[in-house]
Amino acid sequence: MSKQQTRTIKVDVLARVEGEGALYIKLKGDQVQDVKLNIYEPPRFFEAFLRGRHFSELPDVVARICGICPIAYQMSAVHAIERALGVAIDPSVRQLRRLFYCGEWIESHALHVYMLHAPDFLGYPDAIAMARDHQSIVQQGLRLKKAGNRIVALMGGREIHPVSAAVGGFYKVPSKSALKDLVDELKWALDASLATARWASGLDFPEFEQDYEFVSLSHSDEYPFNEGRIVSNRGLNIEASEYEENFTEQHVQHSNALHSVLRGHDSYMVGPMARFNLNFDKLPDVAQQAARDCGLQVPCCNPFRSIVVRAIELVFACHEALRVIRGYEPPPLPRAQTRARAATGQAATEAPRGLLFHRYALDQNGLITSAKIVPPTSQNQKRIEEDLRHFVSQIATRPSEEITLKCEQAVRNYDPCISCATHFLRLHLERD
Amino acid sequence: MSSKVRRKPRMAVFKFASCDGCQLSLLDAEDELLGVARALDIAYFPEASSAMLKGPYDIGLVEGSITTHHDAQRIQDVRRRCKTLITIGACATAGGIQALRNWKDVDEFIRVVYATPKYINTLKLSTPIAEHVPVDFELRGCPINKHQLIELITATLAGRKPNVPTYSVCLECKRKGNVCIAVAQGVACIGPVTQAGCGALCPSFDRGCYGCYGPMESSNTESLSHQLHILGQNNAEITRAFRSFNAWAWQFRKAGEESERT
Repeated sequence: MSKQQTRTIKVDVLARVEGEGALYIKLKGDQVQDVKLNIYEPPRFFEAFLRGRHFSELPDVVARICGICPIAYQMSAVHAIERALGVAIDPSVRQLRRLFYCGEWIESHALHVYMLHAPDFLGYPDAIAMARDHQSIVQQGLRLKKAGNRIVALMGGREIHPVSAAVGGFYKVPSKSALKDLVDELKWALDASLATARWASGLDFPEFEQDYEFVSLSHSDEYPFNEGRIVSNRGLNIEASEYEENFTEQHVQHSNALHSVLRGHDSYMVGPMARFNLNFDKLPDVAQQAARDCGLQVPCCNPFRSIVVRAIELVFACHEALRVIRGYEPPPLPRAQTRARAATGQAATEAPRGLLFHRYALDQNGLITSAKIVPPTSQNQKRIEEDLRHFVSQIATRPSEEITLKCEQAVRNYDPCISCATHFLRLHLERD
Repeated sequence: MSSKVRRKPRMAVFKFASCDGCQLSLLDAEDELLGVARALDIAYFPEASSAMLKGPYDIGLVEGSITTHHDAQRIQDVRRRCKTLITIGACATAGGIQALRNWKDVDEFIRVVYATPKYINTLKLSTPIAEHVPVDFELRGCPINKHQLIELITATLAGRKPNVPTYSVCLECKRKGNVCIAVAQGVACIGPVTQAGCGALCPSFDRGCYGCYGPMESSNTESLSHQLHILGQNNAEITRAFRSFNAWAWQFRKAGEESERT
């Protein structure tokens, strides 16, 4: 192949991501000429049609942005409204929200680790094909996923779009004994997560490290879910209410999702690796030890190792769920009283895939007058393109087929949720 | 053993405008998934697999609504390649929450969300699949119930009618022994006109049903609107109650528009 030959490698549908997107890569010789992550998921206009809806409807409506992480949307929404209305939540409600989030992280991370990402490392098209040779691994993954889903279904009635989240708390809170029923399975899940981490750390990882700006919530004494300041490893340290002064969204022609950049810093990474690197000292000992046993460095700068980091977060989420259940006392009231007033509130919480920012303005009747939602994937989108640009140049001499597979894997490192960011990945690699 | 092995039926899963939750229901059937994969060949399911067989398929599951010109054409092609076409979820069966644009100016919507409106290509309406192609079965819900999905796939493979009830949420509430929250607590609930399937979840969580399974077959929305008035709901609130995940389903559409006019 001549040095100056242009190659286009094209995958029409990038699989094992949530939503519809495409990737376009153009190579001239071993030089990368263009990388585009093209999100062609049709827009659904949540921020537009939320106007005129009552704040009490928000948790149900925004859940429908994403079937994989509905709780994340519910949590960012209720916190933003609570800030707008000046509602203080009961400490037990706060603990229950952490538990709810644990369920979603376990379900979502187990899905990604076992069913979406692992097949890349082991060379299968999907977990079902993988199960023919690795049945016990896949079954472990399914049971782990189910353990997370059990928390969500117990607290919210169903796994997808649970119905219990409300501004001020919950419509109904679980009894102590109902939560106790989860303990045995969660103890198993904790052990299974540790096994997952050990197993994932033995996979083959391409040598690839980048100098990232990591962004996540940071809380003084907790691994972050619903509370904390937004920080980065390059000095960012702000309240959620300052988010829009510090981050800006760009609309690019090739995508129906808006690219988010940090003013004066450019692209950044949110998600498990960002949380892990910025909050390692807040992980419980069992998760810290597991990370060390897996040979994870802090900071971890190889995005292919995110599968191990997700496994460490599985360990954390199972441990945290057990902690919350052990200390649980039902709140005196399932939810705090709310009174409508004209106000604006912002909140950011940690969705499985990273920081999720919401801002709502309300009128005096509690109707929404404006809404802004910045999902994790649109924040990672620019960073994914940069990873690809650098990674492709590293493997540019390889056959097109191998480049294609490796690039898909590099995109899946981020567990992109395109339904959130809008939706489909089409990989299109072009070479002169 | 015979050398001729009967080909397993092929299933495909297609996505249009949606949240991915209904197709995720298949992966959330953790106990049944590997069994389903033994009974049929999951030939096209991009969310779960990078192996994509072209078809034709015996069963096509379609999630999502039609919101772009491209998707309006794509669904025609999907229909041609599927022997049995099943729509799953409120987006595919009723246009979904994104059908709220159907009462608004979509160009204004684009300007609100996107800085460069000319990059966005969308239709004025979000419409269910059945407005575009013949559909063999519509499975309701936002999201669908995974047990109903497994039952539907099983029934389709067996060539029998699926056991998917079309009565209202009220029956599920009664069966669970719930005290009626509309009667006892005066909570607005649209369960009386909503199709069963969720297991009366919201009333079991001390809140009114918000209609995510869409209108039941013979729903008396007029009478329910009247009851909601008696409970103190104003017209705007009643309109919003009908106008959510199944807003474009004709019974809810009519009920919402009537309370909007009055």
